[in-house]
Amino acid sequence: MGKTIVLSHGSGGKMSHDLVAKGIVPFISNGLLDRLDDSAVFELTGRLAFTTDSYVVSPIFFPGGDIGRLAVCGTVNDLAVVGAVPKHLSLALIIEEGLSLDDLKKVMRSVREAADEAGVLVVTGDTKVVNHGGADKLFVTTSGIGVIPDGVDISGSNARPGDKVILSGTIGDHGITIISQREGLRFDVPVISDCAPLNRLVAAMLKASPHIHAMRDPTRGGLATTLNEIASQSNVGIRLVEETIPVREAVRAACELLGFDPLYVANEGKLVAIVRAEEADQVLTAMKNDRYGKDAAIIGDVISDHPGKVTMTTRLGTTRIVDMLTGELLPRIC
Amino acid sequence: MCLAVPVQVVAVEGDEAEVDAGGVRRRVSITLTPEVKVGQYVLLHTGYAINIIDEAEAKETLKLLEDMLRLDEASR
Amino acid sequence: MKFVDEYRDTGLGRKLVERINRISTKPATMMEFCGGHTVAIMRHGIRQLFPSHIKLLSGPGCPVCVTAHHDLDQAIALVQTPGTIVTTFGDMMKVPGSESSLQQARADGADIRIVYSPHDSLEIARNNPRKLVVFLAVGFETTTPGVAATILEAERTKIENFCIKSLLKVCPPVIRALLNLGEVKLDGLICPGHVSAVIGSRPWEFIPEKYHIACAVTGFEPLDILLSIDRLVEQIEKGEPKVETTYTRGVRPEGNLRAQKLMEHVFEPCPAQWRGLGTVPASGLKPRAEYSSFDADIRIPVKVKAAVEPKGCLCGEILRGIKTPPDCGLFSIRCTPENPVGPCMVSSEGACAAYYQYGR
Repeated sequence: MGKTIVLSHGSGGKMSHDLVAKGIVPFISNGLLDRLDDSAVFELTGRLAFTTDSYVVSPIFFPGGDIGRLAVCGTVNDLAVVGAVPKHLSLALIIEEGLSLDDLKKVMRSVREAADEAGVLVVTGDTKVVNHGGADKLFVTTSGIGVIPDGVDISGSNARPGDKVILSGTIGDHGITIISQREGLRFDVPVISDCAPLNRLVAAMLKASPHIHAMRDPTRGGLATTLNEIASQSNVGIRLVEETIPVREAVRAACELLGFDPLYVANEGKLVAIVRAEEADQVLTAMKNDRYGKDAAIIGDVISDHPGKVTMTTRLGTTRIVDMLTGELLPRIC
Repeated sequence: MCLAVPVQVVAVEGDEAEVDAGGVRRRVSITLTPEVKVGQYVLLHTGYAINIIDEAEAKETLKLLEDMLRLDEASR
Repeated sequence: MKFVDEYRDTGLGRKLVERINRISTKPATMMEFCGGHTVAIMRHGIRQLFPSHIKLLSGPGCPVCVTAHHDLDQAIALVQTPGTIVTTFGDMMKVPGSESSLQQARADGADIRIVYSPHDSLEIARNNPRKLVVFLAVGFETTTPGVAATILEAERTKIENFCIKSLLKVCPPVIRALLNLGEVKLDGLICPGHVSAVIGSRPWEFIPEKYHIACAVTGFEPLDILLSIDRLVEQIEKGEPKVETTYTRGVRPEGNLRAQKLMEHVFEPCPAQWRGLGTVPASGLKPRAEYSSFDADIRIPVKVKAAVEPKGCLCGEILRGIKTPPDCGLFSIRCTPENPVGPCMVSSEGACAAYYQYGR
């Protein structure tokens, strides 16, 4: 086949088969996928978790990863933070005509690497090709299934006053990396996306404390939005301590320059956990021993004051409200 | 109008400079501060260096503040 | 970050707060006239550090907030003109005009691009020779010299498909107009540090001289703000108003002469509409006659209907410091950052947005 993907590759006929056979399956091949039936058929027992997400990131290649890695990690992480062991993923691609075959192969290789790292299989998929302008180079949707071990009950509504809030590492890395690639905002930032699968980190955390109350990965909207969601769901207050929140110096600097608050910048390889106070230290230790939790820190408490709201004690000892992100994060000069 | 950030000049080329803040780099215009030298800090606003930071004054401000607080403490 | 972190020293900050609370005996109402100060004060919870007789008010210092509906409607009309690419700072995207906003116009298909620097517009102009690139120039004296430099570079490099829609404004005339209104009794003014980096501290001298109001030219870190409050309170206690600069690392009495020359060379004063204050003479800037080819008002004039002011919106009074966000019946009920009615809520530096974000 040629070097570029064209509309005919999405028509379902011979060219479609060609694309799948040469540009997709070889890179993510496994026993279940290779059967190429209309559905993947397998057995799973236990309490199941099921999630889906679409990925429309632009540019599709960025320092630290690409849309393929993102699509696998994002869905793996959504399963991991409810305590599920991720097993199988589906992979649906919407390709804008004109995408180079090489680029598609690069993305598929990333999907494979990320899936291997997480220990999951891509078992089924779909491919469509759309007109110019119908998709921004490549859109990806992944759904994922995982199994939740007995005794694990993690939910955004389980946070209780007295719990500790633990963050797995530095915030803002992914968002700043992406924004710095955009036309008109080009800054040379020595930061790469933190895009990573966190299921092994979560497994280590659950081993240290099977009673973790809540966990979430703070993607779009940042840490602030995620914590507001938990506060709302659990009807509790959350109080953060400004100086305990880990932020890389370069991310801080980029945020200063563009007028962003790191609390609202997206992350793709971080999680926040709400943990019983007496188990916080052992969970923290387990996190710090994992490659994706080295900078983990306790950043606040769950309290009974101001239920549904998140506040932060500033360096000066004053209190400010940390609201959800409203609308787009726009750079400002003012 | 307000978001201006202190950045360090690491290279100068004509009316442009390469600046650094916490490891973040950008090429900016020094049309408004053409006399700036490598190593100096400038206030960066919308891609233009609008003023050179006076490092002596920066130290002086903190020193004055510390002195004032110390004198205050002593007189109580 | 150097020249930032040292001014966030909490030990010194706490001691300063103790000192201020100790020396302050008289009521001290101080206004900050700069959106950056509004945000810094709210973000660090500075009002919480002082008793009620030390009041910090927000003034009309956010150039986005003070943009009149009429001006915004014109900007939106420009954006809807075929063959144009409008470049803008991010701040302007969500500001509501009479019927729409730039964000809405972009969703409807207009080519609007967010830029970090006015200079970025020139590259867009070079890459799109058949379109007219219009830069929405919003800002005070901090931003204006950069816009002037951009116009001069466009001229030098013969870029003909570039112009600006000037919404640029000048501070001292508006402070004068505000003080002349006499609506709020002010004891002190926290003067904008970065505007002053360009124009110097001398332009504020008329304030203590004519109005007997204490002035402190202030930076944006917590220590800068606390130090200024300290200096203002001391001036107020002694009854000796003057202009003191606590932001000496960034501000010289004469300012940046080269930047001032560039501004004067390219722009001339004109009347400008300020939300809440109406038209203030000589408070706006437009390109001089020799740069008229860079003036969107001359190059592609647009006609708009009379602006419609939203009912119940108190942005005007809030900008003048006589009301606070909670006084507005629309605040956080009908007017929120997701659905802003007035510009004070739209701009992240507006008093209402800052209050909503940091201090409810």
